[in-house]
Amino acid sequence: MRNRGSGRYLLRTVALGYLAAVLLVPVGAVVWRAFGDGVGAVWQAVTAPDAVHAFWLSLLIAAIAVPLNTLFGVACAVVLVRHRFPGKRFLDAVIDLPFAISPVVIGLALILVYGQAGWLGSWLAERGIQVIFSLPGMVLATVFVSLPYVVREVVPVLREVGVEQEEAAWTLGAGSLKSFLLVTLPSIRWGVAYGVVLTTARALGEFGAVTIVSGRLAGQTETLTLYVENRFEAFDLTGAYAASLTLAALALLVLLAMTRLPSHRGTASGFPGPLRRKEGH
Amino acid sequence: MSIIVKRATRRFGDFTALEDVSVEIPSGSLTALLGPSGSGKSTLLRVIAGLERPDAGTVEIDGRDATTLPTQRRGVGFVFQHYAAFKHMTVRENVAFGLKVRRRPKAEIRRRVDELLELVQLPGLAGRYPSQLSGGQRQRMALARALAVEPSVLLLDEPFGALDARVRKELRAWLRRLHDDVHVTTVFVTHDQEEAMEVADRIVVMNHGRVEQVGGPRDLYEHPSNAFVMGFVGPVTRLGDSFIRPHDVELRLEPNGTTSEAMIERLVHLGFEVRVDLVLHDGQRLLAQVSREEAEQLELHQGQIIFARPSRVRVFSN
Amino acid sequence: MYLSLIVVLPLTAVVWRSSRDGWGAFWRAATAPQALAALRLTFAVALVVVAVNVVVGTVIAWVLVRDEFPGKRVVNALIDLPFALPTIVAGITLLALYGGSSPVGVNVAYTRAGVCLALAFVTLPFVVRSVQPVLMTIEPDMEEAARCLGAGPFTSFRRILLPTIAPALLAGAALAFARAVGEFGSVVILSGNIPYRTEVASVHVFSLVENDDVGSAAAVSVVLLAISVLVLALLNVIQRRRTRHAE
Repeated sequence: MRNRGSGRYLLRTVALGYLAAVLLVPVGAVVWRAFGDGVGAVWQAVTAPDAVHAFWLSLLIAAIAVPLNTLFGVACAVVLVRHRFPGKRFLDAVIDLPFAISPVVIGLALILVYGQAGWLGSWLAERGIQVIFSLPGMVLATVFVSLPYVVREVVPVLREVGVEQEEAAWTLGAGSLKSFLLVTLPSIRWGVAYGVVLTTARALGEFGAVTIVSGRLAGQTETLTLYVENRFEAFDLTGAYAASLTLAALALLVLLAMTRLPSHRGTASGFPGPLRRKEGH
Repeated sequence: MSIIVKRATRRFGDFTALEDVSVEIPSGSLTALLGPSGSGKSTLLRVIAGLERPDAGTVEIDGRDATTLPTQRRGVGFVFQHYAAFKHMTVRENVAFGLKVRRRPKAEIRRRVDELLELVQLPGLAGRYPSQLSGGQRQRMALARALAVEPSVLLLDEPFGALDARVRKELRAWLRRLHDDVHVTTVFVTHDQEEAMEVADRIVVMNHGRVEQVGGPRDLYEHPSNAFVMGFVGPVTRLGDSFIRPHDVELRLEPNGTTSEAMIERLVHLGFEVRVDLVLHDGQRLLAQVSREEAEQLELHQGQIIFARPSRVRVFSN
Repeated sequence: MYLSLIVVLPLTAVVWRSSRDGWGAFWRAATAPQALAALRLTFAVALVVVAVNVVVGTVIAWVLVRDEFPGKRVVNALIDLPFALPTIVAGITLLALYGGSSPVGVNVAYTRAGVCLALAFVTLPFVVRSVQPVLMTIEPDMEEAARCLGAGPFTSFRRILLPTIAPALLAGAALAFARAVGEFGSVVILSGNIPYRTEVASVHVFSLVENDDVGSAAAVSVVLLAISVLVLALLNVIQRRRTRHAE
């Protein structure tokens, strides 16, 4: 490693330069632009009623989607790691689907099923339940796209923890559920936490699927991401930048959480990925 | 609390871990399940504990059929090879776990935990986490944890396998003493015959999922029922159909008609004893073992021609 | 289990719908010139971006693992930014800097380069994060042994490091590819979505849906999915082969 001096500098420059050009500087530009008309304008834009509504809507959707996916994720991880059953490979692949599919296609798929003329949609409409163009649809879309994260984060941790501690709990008289909650869950909590953070980030940032499914009624079914686009289309750049800033701030919070959590993978973030996982299968 | 296993069979895909195994474990005894890797001993233990369901056969604990009873209700204490300590709980919380599950009053739990920590000689470590303990300490904690709920049966799966030699020896003796004090029916799994012979009252020798022989240590050594048991329980040389223990080989400086000529290939001084690696005329090898004095008397040295005669030979009908 | 229905059902619906109007309609929609242009653009750009990512991503991973400099931890954390940031914000961000009123004088809005840029931003973390852990667990002895045997740094890289990180690299590339092909939010802003020029497949499907041409949308979606799956499967196969060798 000693005599790589110049080569090393070259590499470093390339890496940092690329990062700066693609990542850092643009983000800085947004901040700069947003405040281009002064702090007052930004404040006004951020506190506009539609913006505020959009903000809370985004949080609400995340607040529903994330716990759902967490519960499902943990249960799924348990099933994947500890049980053997026909169709397991299939389940595996299905969980990874949201990674590979364009959000637009996801939105389309949901409309086809839950829309007025859809498979389930008409059945639901008779019962007065509207899915598409209202909250449930948006939640559904968000759940879909953020589905895999908890599962993928928990699986390796669960695998590492093994089943012995739970067996020990059984021998001591604890029932299966109790053993799981008292013994296994605490040992996988960091995996779960990381998965939750990733899920939240994805849920808050979702745009493509939700835009199709929501109808984008300002003030009603517009999430913060949709609001940004709305303002952009309306040439209200300050409004768009301001809302972006809010989202960027949330993103930074997420980043912070990601680095704070003791990730078992060291500095690698949780990109479980379908293909890489299959290696260790 | 006796355990009776009848005709237990367990397969994992193509691999047969247990084949028609029947074993009786008398109440209050300290029994070892001894055998090489893959012999089924751990599986048998886990079947007794309820951690494995046999494909066929029954398990009776204390006269009651426990075959379909879930682990939680069998009243067995289990100690794992790698401790299975609850890493996120302190030593105290670990030991108290079973009692907490049974909703015992706090005062009683506290008292019992203190008692047990005293018993396993870990009194000051109640507030520590398992990661702060040594292997030996962790295993003692695991024992205390298992004993806390007063199990009718105590099962240990290669409990000292993960520890280094000195700690292993200490804990072995300690387990024996503990059993003498507490008198719980105890079954432990090991692949180390020395451990089994030293600690257990009764040994169940297993191989390839079957029981080869059951008996006390001395029994197994003196009266092995087949070649496998004989070879597993102590050193043995095979000449043709005969099986000879090294200490049953007599060495003489002069032939006397019943002896065979042999050359000393190697002498290994193992403290009190001397192991003599002999090569016979026809090239076969024979292991002999003599005391230090005898070796000195005969002035044994490498390359020496000597005359050997087995004083006791065992032959097994197949 | 339960939620699989949420995923599986809608997707089968798409496939179903795409074929509902018959093969003829499917074919027409899928081969409509605009659709084809969009598909071609999508895959072409995705490939370019993935290629860039593979190279630069590896460099970045290398620098993060083997190099030391002040602020390294911050840089490391920032790699995840494209993941945490909503895609639409990413689009706006890039537009602010490299768009019409750019302070740097670079304008890629409404161009294919813009599409590339958006995709590069969004797929940045994948290769880096895939390769990093592998690099971290490689001990220097292998490379040192190679040096003793006379290999220069580049040879050492090519023959020793590359094969070792290859599976992870391919996995990261696959992820990046999947993401690039499906990306919507950032592209929508930066590219201007000019049909035949800068309209990617996802945007095209979107406009079809907006125009209530659900059948065509489904058809194009299926094609998009099919090709993606093919490429991913191919990468998977290559990766499996390499993993076997690496053992």
